[in-house]
Amino acid sequence: MSTHTEFTQTEVPEPGANDVYATSVADEQASEGAHVFNAAGGDWNDLVDEATSLGEERIVVNMGPQHPSTHGVLRLILEIDGETVTEARAGIGYLHTGIEKNMEYRTWVQGVTFCTRMDYLTPMFQEAAYCLAIEKLLGITDQIPERASVIRVLMMEMTRISSHLICLGTGGMEMGATTVMTVAFRERERLLRVIEMVTGLRMNNAYIRPGGVAQDLPPGCIDALREMVPEVRRGLGELEALLNENPILKGRTVDVGVLNLAGCMALGITGPVLRSTGLPHDLRKLDPYCGYETYDFEIKTRTSQDAYGRLRIRIDEMYESLKIIEQATDRLQANEGPVMVADKKIAWPAQLALGSDGLGNSLDHIREIMGTSMESLIHHFKLVTEGFRVPAGQAYVAIESPKGELGCHVVSDGGTRPYRAHFRDPSFNNLQAVAAMCEGSQIADVIVAVASIDPVMGGVDR
Amino acid sequence: MSDGEKKDDTNAVNADTTKDQASGLTPHEIELAQTGGASEPEVVGVRHGMFGATQGADTTGYSGLVRPILVAGASERPYGGYFDEIADNLERGLVGGTASYGEAVDRVVVDRGEMTIHVRREHLVAVARVLRDDASLRFEIVTGVSGVHYPNRTGEELHAVYHFLSITHGGRRVRVEVSCPDDDRHIPSIVSVYPANDWHERETWDMFGIEFDGHPALTRILMPDDWPGHPQRKDYPLGGIPVEYKGATIPPPDQRRSYN
Repeated sequence: MSTHTEFTQTEVPEPGANDVYATSVADEQASEGAHVFNAAGGDWNDLVDEATSLGEERIVVNMGPQHPSTHGVLRLILEIDGETVTEARAGIGYLHTGIEKNMEYRTWVQGVTFCTRMDYLTPMFQEAAYCLAIEKLLGITDQIPERASVIRVLMMEMTRISSHLICLGTGGMEMGATTVMTVAFRERERLLRVIEMVTGLRMNNAYIRPGGVAQDLPPGCIDALREMVPEVRRGLGELEALLNENPILKGRTVDVGVLNLAGCMALGITGPVLRSTGLPHDLRKLDPYCGYETYDFEIKTRTSQDAYGRLRIRIDEMYESLKIIEQATDRLQANEGPVMVADKKIAWPAQLALGSDGLGNSLDHIREIMGTSMESLIHHFKLVTEGFRVPAGQAYVAIESPKGELGCHVVSDGGTRPYRAHFRDPSFNNLQAVAAMCEGSQIADVIVAVASIDPVMGGVDR
Repeated sequence: MSDGEKKDDTNAVNADTTKDQASGLTPHEIELAQTGGASEPEVVGVRHGMFGATQGADTTGYSGLVRPILVAGASERPYGGYFDEIADNLERGLVGGTASYGEAVDRVVVDRGEMTIHVRREHLVAVARVLRDDASLRFEIVTGVSGVHYPNRTGEELHAVYHFLSITHGGRRVRVEVSCPDDDRHIPSIVSVYPANDWHERETWDMFGIEFDGHPALTRILMPDDWPGHPQRKDYPLGGIPVEYKGATIPPPDQRRSYN
């Protein structure tokens, strides 16, 4: 017999201080005498018989780790008594990718490429928060060109709509309404088409850069925007007709996942969940950035404090975002101008242009650095390889993402790379409300409550 | 008249600038150094060389470059804006509590339009309670805690940075910074005052190893439960990448040649 087929018993180390992988004493004590049923394979009836023979109704169920629609990999630990959830805990970390650590070993500009991948449904917001924080550290907040800010607002609002559409679409799918999903994704595609036209990518754009945006709008973009807005508005109308007074949807969402204002304040909840308690809290109004104070829009609130209210708020907010997009389009059409800060020590030197062999540095720029100006070449080389230095210090910038307050805390030690970049992701914070929203409700309501928070695990785990 | 005297004649500020530029300071650092009075810049470290060549011979000619790392130091009153009001109200709110303002607050730094209150760690909970409960402060929301690891700042290697938001007072913000030495990684938890900070403190424990005393269940949140070490610390070992070519490896990111 070869040794390959032999089973060897894994050596179990003695529980002691030296074993870093040992479970804690508390864990062992808690699981002492508890019955563990594994539902992997076998007959369900056997499992049920075994469970009923114990005569215990209290069961702890691991819901996940799984990928519910597009939220990412979330694990809910539910203690159930029959159909009622008596205790709910969220287990996270399955999508942790160490983005914040990675950013410490890249230049300030390269960090944009990382943070855009955190909450992958709201890439523009992480980029904007990060760039606004860097600009604050550099002290160039006032020098950002008007046009760059307008483009930022435009991109953020388009992303807000696409994020809300995903929330409604997947939320609908989780409740069994696949048509809601198809309509929402169809409308999202219209927005992504314009976003792709401007940035070259549908998501993970890395478009907003410290000092401005990567490049100006391409030709034909204004027309595409003007065409897109009424189409999306019509699509939203369709969604509203499908959702607003739908008796099944209302049956599933009204008075489900209730969290009142006191609960929101205690748990630091922001975004649509907070606005569903009637508090008109929106950082775009409270502490405007990127010139939001100059746009005409309203904060939408409701007082039902439940999943239905949050759904309606999201729909209403999309209409408001369309209003902002129209205003931004008008401004972009009326005024030309630079889209990057004038300081050549910070501004990315190249602009992209479409050549016969694809997208690349514009021919004008290549002619300048290769043919006419040695200094430009040096400058380009230094900025791209070394990057710019940011004076030592720290800054915190918060913006209103579709999910709530997205904060970015950056620390510089005066070098060319972030010393520390921390993102306060709204989903991370809001997911703490799962217990408060779900305990005492039915298992089926857990899905609706979690969907109404709209967590995206890429942002939660970062 | 020598060149040196001429320089002195022209403009004192210019002379200062030239001097500081010779010492290799960035414009912002020069600004910090010149303001004086209100905020004396604080030297928190020294930067050597330029291209990060720490191993072997540096042939760039920049190896002798030595530059101080300056951050804004303690500010003097008036802080400007609503910051004075916050300081006054905090001072008043702490009266009759466990610690006075002078005991609890180490220093106040106003930099880039943001107010940072450096609080001694043993008085953090008292300060947080006043920030939340005092009607004139009323910071309803703490937007989490962010850890920062400064291995070179002896005695205060680990920092916990809290940001507070007051909706009642129209979006006022204040930052509270607490530090602890690396060999005594304890900071009191403010979860009893701000339940929202629960997961944030778990994350900071997970990533930096700061133990938040009084936290209801300080367990890892992002890394697996049995993970050894705290990844966001600067001394956390990073992995290199083996290359299948004559035993070569790509060194870990912190040991690669890079700009600093």
